[in-house]
Amino acid sequence: MLVSIGHVTRYAYATPASYSIHTLRMTPPSFEGQKVVSWRVEMPEIDRALRYRDAFGNVCHLVSIPYSHTQLAIIARGTVETQDKSGFVRGLTEVSPIRIFRRQTAKTEPDQAIADIVAGLKSEDRIDRLHELMQVIGERVEYVVGATNAHTSATEALSDGRGVCQDHAHIFISAARLMGLPARYISGYFVTGEELASEAQHAWAEAYIDGLGWLGFDPANQLCPTDRYIRLATGLDAGSAAPITGNRRGGMDEVLDVFVEVQQQSSAQQQ
Amino acid sequence: MGRKLQQQEQTSVKATQALRKAFDEMNGTGDGVRAPYNAVSEWLGTQKLEDLKQKLLEAETMFRRTGITFAVYGKEEAAERLIPFDIIPRIISGPEWRRLTAGIEQRVRALNAFMYDIYHRQEIIKAGKIPEELVVGNSAFVPEMMGVEPPLGIYSHIIGIDIVRTSENDFFVLEDNTRTPSGVSYMLENRETMMHMFPDLFARNRVAPVDDYPENLLKTLASVAPRGLEGEPTIALLTPGQYNSAYFEHSFLADQMGVELVEGHDLVVLDGSLQMKTTQGLRRIDVLYRRIDDDFLDPLVFRSDSVLGVPGLFDLYRAGRVTIVNAPGGGIADDKAIYSYIPEIIKFYTGRAPILQNVPTYNCRKPDDFKYVLEHLPELVVKEVHGSGGYGMLVGPTASKAEIEAFRAKLVANATNYIAQPTLALSTCPTLVDTGVAPRHLDLRPFVLFGDEVRLSAGGLTRVALQAGSLVVNSSQGGGTKDTWVLQD
Repeated sequence: MLVSIGHVTRYAYATPASYSIHTLRMTPPSFEGQKVVSWRVEMPEIDRALRYRDAFGNVCHLVSIPYSHTQLAIIARGTVETQDKSGFVRGLTEVSPIRIFRRQTAKTEPDQAIADIVAGLKSEDRIDRLHELMQVIGERVEYVVGATNAHTSATEALSDGRGVCQDHAHIFISAARLMGLPARYISGYFVTGEELASEAQHAWAEAYIDGLGWLGFDPANQLCPTDRYIRLATGLDAGSAAPITGNRRGGMDEVLDVFVEVQQQSSAQQQ
Repeated sequence: MGRKLQQQEQTSVKATQALRKAFDEMNGTGDGVRAPYNAVSEWLGTQKLEDLKQKLLEAETMFRRTGITFAVYGKEEAAERLIPFDIIPRIISGPEWRRLTAGIEQRVRALNAFMYDIYHRQEIIKAGKIPEELVVGNSAFVPEMMGVEPPLGIYSHIIGIDIVRTSENDFFVLEDNTRTPSGVSYMLENRETMMHMFPDLFARNRVAPVDDYPENLLKTLASVAPRGLEGEPTIALLTPGQYNSAYFEHSFLADQMGVELVEGHDLVVLDGSLQMKTTQGLRRIDVLYRRIDDDFLDPLVFRSDSVLGVPGLFDLYRAGRVTIVNAPGGGIADDKAIYSYIPEIIKFYTGRAPILQNVPTYNCRKPDDFKYVLEHLPELVVKEVHGSGGYGMLVGPTASKAEIEAFRAKLVANATNYIAQPTLALSTCPTLVDTGVAPRHLDLRPFVLFGDEVRLSAGGLTRVALQAGSLVVNSSQGGGTKDTWVLQD
């Protein structure tokens, strides 16, 4: 599937920021099933950015804006060609041994409720168990935009019973790690359709299965990723896989506006 | 009332027993004065108590004049006060020091090799020498450090190793402070004060100098400048500010080295480099000797509410644009749960047996160890895994029954948070106290620098527990310091 993506993030401040700095994890990787045809990130000072690879294999840009500003736009756009690999992930550049993805974080630290979900899984086959886990999480946590925020933990979202893809992924990762499996968080994009709730900016989880490798699970949509999924960044949780992390001096009362458009190119041409 | 008195008596009996057993640095086990102390012992014999006390007052006046004070946490008044100083030196012979040197150097190299390994391929976990969970699940492990290539492969460039002695030939390492060890300014000031007050003593003993420390620190910092840097590196020392307990040391060391003392708000990340704001504009910093904790280094990566650090600093480090000394994540090597694996770690990376011994350690996370600890609390020293400064610890032999029971409740509530060790009879050294000269327990913190070579100051900081029988030497718990001499032979 040939997919075109436009991802626009706009910040506006009530008072000027004298300086701001941004870590961008906005460079999608090419690997089996995902080929980046073209990609461009635009923002002020991006030409002077420091480019490097982080601990989770993401290509990052560190961009400083050293002058007064009251607004800022970060725009990523490009075309990516995808193939359905039944959720299996191969050919990614890995920086760290897989075992570090067994580490729980503040956002994934499990509680009794998550332990109970794991204990209640009935399937015996290890892959069936993960599918069952994905299904249980989808049933237990209703997809409600705005019920949670960027700082909500897996346990909080589960207890509330409402959340978005980030929360579903955190609960899945928490439970998978509790089962002893390495698990990680993926931020990316999704080619939406009428039958599914998710928005174009999306997140899902992966678990590592010995002998098979990384396998993706999207509890929000009850799917293993297909060619409708475009991977952007990987992390231990939403924090380390965040497309943009920033800090600034001054700049009170931030207003954030994010617009993501993901379109299937070839099907549009066929119609 | 009666019961309390009885407890106090028991405590003091136990304390006396510990003292009686202890090896004395000057008098050994009672068979006469040990050779390194001959001259000092002779001198001490000719001194009147009143004169010594007068000298002590003079020393304190000197320290106050230099401004060497120490803020104590957990006290309501949070008063800045002097760390008590004792004028009777602690003396180490040449051969003793050579053995310690070999052991310390071996340890520092092994600890750094361990850090490189766990932040790369983790061969030691693959080899089954250390449990995965203890590293990867450890709160002192920093996953963001995975794959970073620090210059010369070094993580902890500045280490303070706490060593105790229990007999003529037995030295034990209590802990390896691989994060941001403090106290080196006391080592330097203690020596300066002693030389000023007792020039005769230095004429009669060949004492190895320590005043080359700032120069060696500067050389070490320069040697780990980012790869490919042209010209001399610019170095700065990052302090949390004047309210930090070690602020004196930060400003002292920056001054001695002739480098800038900076706070987070003096620094900014621009165009892929760390810049310092100066009156002449911006100036690039290549090596940052930071005296703030990992959590506060960079709000983009660690605590987002930190105002002490610099946003973007960690990313620069990762990309090799600036060197952070010591590296983030070094706490994994002095984690108290990792400590019991250090002998294994030394063997794994050096292929040799450890020269310096570890204290046998019970990990309360292990059920068998935990059971033993609960049954033997009155004999053990119990510490928090991530604690430091002597806070939150139990010294069984000097604790009251009520204290032991209160601690037992904490232990049961959170076993994995604790380790325990047998109470060691730390060596003593004659110390000037109100009633005269009396033995007091002590330890030793040598300061090691590791860059293009290992540079070790002769001696280090001797910390002394000023209460009779006390084994807690931490300055935050009322401990004092002594000048530490290494004799040149």
